[in-house]
Amino acid sequence: MQKHQHEVIVVGAGGAGLTAALYASQHVSTAVISKLYPTRSHTGTAQGGIGAALGNTEEDHPEWHAYDTVKGSDYLGDQTAIEFMAQEAVQAVYELEHMGLPFSRNPDGTIAQRPFGGHTNNETGKPVRRACYAADRTGHMILQTLYQQSIKNKVNFFDEFHVVDLLVEDGKAAGVVAIELETGEFHIFHAKAVIFATGGHGRVWEITSNAYAYTGDGVAITLRRGIPAEDMEFFQFHPTGIYKMGILITEGVRGEGGVLINDKGERFMEEYAPTVKDLASRDVVSRAMYLEMKAGRGIGGKRFLNLDVTPEVVNKYAAEDGRTNPDGSPYRMTGEDIFAKLPDIIDFCETYIGVNPVTQPMPVQPTAHYAMGGIPTNMYGEVVIDKENTVMPGLYAAGEVACVSAHGANRLGTNALLDLVVFGKYSGLKAAEYSQGSSFIPLPANAADFAQEQFAQLHREDGTESVTDIANEMKEVMFDHVGVFRVEEGMQEAVDKIRALKERFQHISIDDHGKKFNTDVLNAWEVSNLLDLAEVTAVSALERKESRGAHSRDDYTERDDENWLKHTLAWLDKDGVRLEYKPVDITKYKPKARSY
Amino acid sequence: MEVKLKVFRYNPEDDEGKHFDTFTLEAEPTDRVLDLLEQVKNYVDGTLTFRRSCAHGVCGSDAIRINGVNRLACKVLVQDLKSKTVKIEPILGLEVEKDLVVDMEPFFRHYKSVLPYFVNDDPPPMKERLQSPEERSRFDDTTKCILCASCTTSCPSFWINEEYVGPSAIVNAHRFIYDSRDQAAAERLEILNDQFGVYRCHTIFNCTDACPREIEVTKAVGEVKKAIATGRLE
Repeated sequence: MQKHQHEVIVVGAGGAGLTAALYASQHVSTAVISKLYPTRSHTGTAQGGIGAALGNTEEDHPEWHAYDTVKGSDYLGDQTAIEFMAQEAVQAVYELEHMGLPFSRNPDGTIAQRPFGGHTNNETGKPVRRACYAADRTGHMILQTLYQQSIKNKVNFFDEFHVVDLLVEDGKAAGVVAIELETGEFHIFHAKAVIFATGGHGRVWEITSNAYAYTGDGVAITLRRGIPAEDMEFFQFHPTGIYKMGILITEGVRGEGGVLINDKGERFMEEYAPTVKDLASRDVVSRAMYLEMKAGRGIGGKRFLNLDVTPEVVNKYAAEDGRTNPDGSPYRMTGEDIFAKLPDIIDFCETYIGVNPVTQPMPVQPTAHYAMGGIPTNMYGEVVIDKENTVMPGLYAAGEVACVSAHGANRLGTNALLDLVVFGKYSGLKAAEYSQGSSFIPLPANAADFAQEQFAQLHREDGTESVTDIANEMKEVMFDHVGVFRVEEGMQEAVDKIRALKERFQHISIDDHGKKFNTDVLNAWEVSNLLDLAEVTAVSALERKESRGAHSRDDYTERDDENWLKHTLAWLDKDGVRLEYKPVDITKYKPKARSY
Repeated sequence: MEVKLKVFRYNPEDDEGKHFDTFTLEAEPTDRVLDLLEQVKNYVDGTLTFRRSCAHGVCGSDAIRINGVNRLACKVLVQDLKSKTVKIEPILGLEVEKDLVVDMEPFFRHYKSVLPYFVNDDPPPMKERLQSPEERSRFDDTTKCILCASCTTSCPSFWINEEYVGPSAIVNAHRFIYDSRDQAAAERLEILNDQFGVYRCHTIFNCTDACPREIEVTKAVGEVKKAIATGRLE
């Protein structure tokens, strides 16, 4: 078995992993291990923008950004971390620009900014232009820029190496085990510090905007090593996925003036969020869409609504809202403007559904999009493993896989890209600093045993169950019962179903027993991860008897700060999921009723 | 509707050699070719091997040859196919590892050879470097590249000699050469002013046709050629 040694190992090569590696590699020997070529990472699919209070076209302040994030989180976000993120945002965006990121520009040459859901002028309550963007491919440009800088700075990469286990010695992280796709061989990576930046797990649900690769590997690996997962019941459903396909239509469409319309031709968000309307936070909009559809006002009675960004509709409602340009003139859009600002959205709609958004509305439904929960960390990316926030030495997590918690019960649009670069940076710096003050812990000879046993089990040739059937049944029950709206019986049904599926998974049969590029067995292993995450998610959701942010219940419809203003910690023990709770960090923003 | 998928197969671990397997599938007109490959892998033959991730044309994983032309499997729908028999092969000019998976290392080596990163050694300002919307739009088209290799592996010059740097690398050089903030245009032009650089391009336009991001690849290559010839950026 091949062995490698680097002081810092980064797992995952999206925005968080690459940022962590850029900073760590300035100080210590660093390697990035990724199951995909770095530029295939899911960061590249982010569209609308990265939030930072630059104030390039109108007044804005990091303090407003922090308050909007706390409010968006339905008060479950940890406020010291949120204030830190909002303050760091401005410098983080300038650093990306200095790395060459081709932001769209204002006429005066500064970075262009657009409105996004939940971003407001805290004095007027009106939308504020805070999302810094590069057309509608901001994530693509961030991913490309970070990868380009990684090449420039000669970062070490192990591309198409699939990490399948974390090595722990004396309670400290000591490395990882990975499978090289090309050869099927196991490799041991010995490290002083390990940073997980493996992204999310939207593939738990039937309709999702997430890539095939988004299978929750990081959380599943750490759960199996006795590390808890935090706030897993909070998973964001983005309001506007393409009907049936789930492909994301950026919130930037509504930022540019697009509106949601029901079967009666009404702009229904006026009812649910009278001040900011279509630019309410995502949990609010998804819930409103669900209620509209439940009341029979889906288009043609079906389970979708229309997202309309045609110039006539944009200009009509912009005039009604009294929306103006930064110079005070009335806001107006032409077809050319829409094409210039949303070229990829137009391409997706034309390719997949034969709709041209400049002349026709887009059929949309909520789509599983983003994990607020994940591996618990503090704001320096250090993994914390209990309700006292005890740091596990040598282990770090950043990006969607982590739960800082900067997003609480619901993430604001544009804060995901921001999270990647801010917490990616600090986890990289912290891991490097820790490495410089510690030594390699010797690994036992059988370090890869746990990973190899898992794969031996997957390769057993006496099973009959189909991995695909098990995965599909999981996705369906999770979408139906642990989705936008939840009730006791449905969630209990999901828990029971997932447990039965996990039992069936013990008897799977796969076709490919070779070594080279065995994606059959790796897909099966990924499904085992999704099953573990589905179970933890459903159990955490079942226990939380309130509605907060993305966790919305028909049987407990109100937020309950007295009993539930706390984070869930879930351990995956041999006999099931064990839950504990830890307090929320509240500084100056006291919980109050939330309206948009 | 019924679709016949004729798929190139090669597994170095068995002794069947290179051959085609045909799968008859039930498909919706709006299914992606990627959905058909998934259907085979999930329900018929789990050993079928291909790369994919985002499934909507952004990550660049699933470039393949569909009926003889390079396309992303996730961006071609069944209803867009001329015939209901679909021939699926790996992209050309790179060594096949298994089925539709090719060795991408030579492709990325060429990419890395053109200094595909921002260079500006002046101390940065406190805020952003300024750039006008016009300056920004000068290189907008080439910022869209997702490194899927569709263009480079559609190029006959690359098929003939894999030392040719290829259209994708030139596109990524163009993205920085025409960025008003960058300072390394001269070095990149010098790298591409080489027997394996831009002169291998014979304006066949396969690359432009192949690009799933609709980048005007041949035009970008032409602009770089002209810049080398005239010593000026326009």
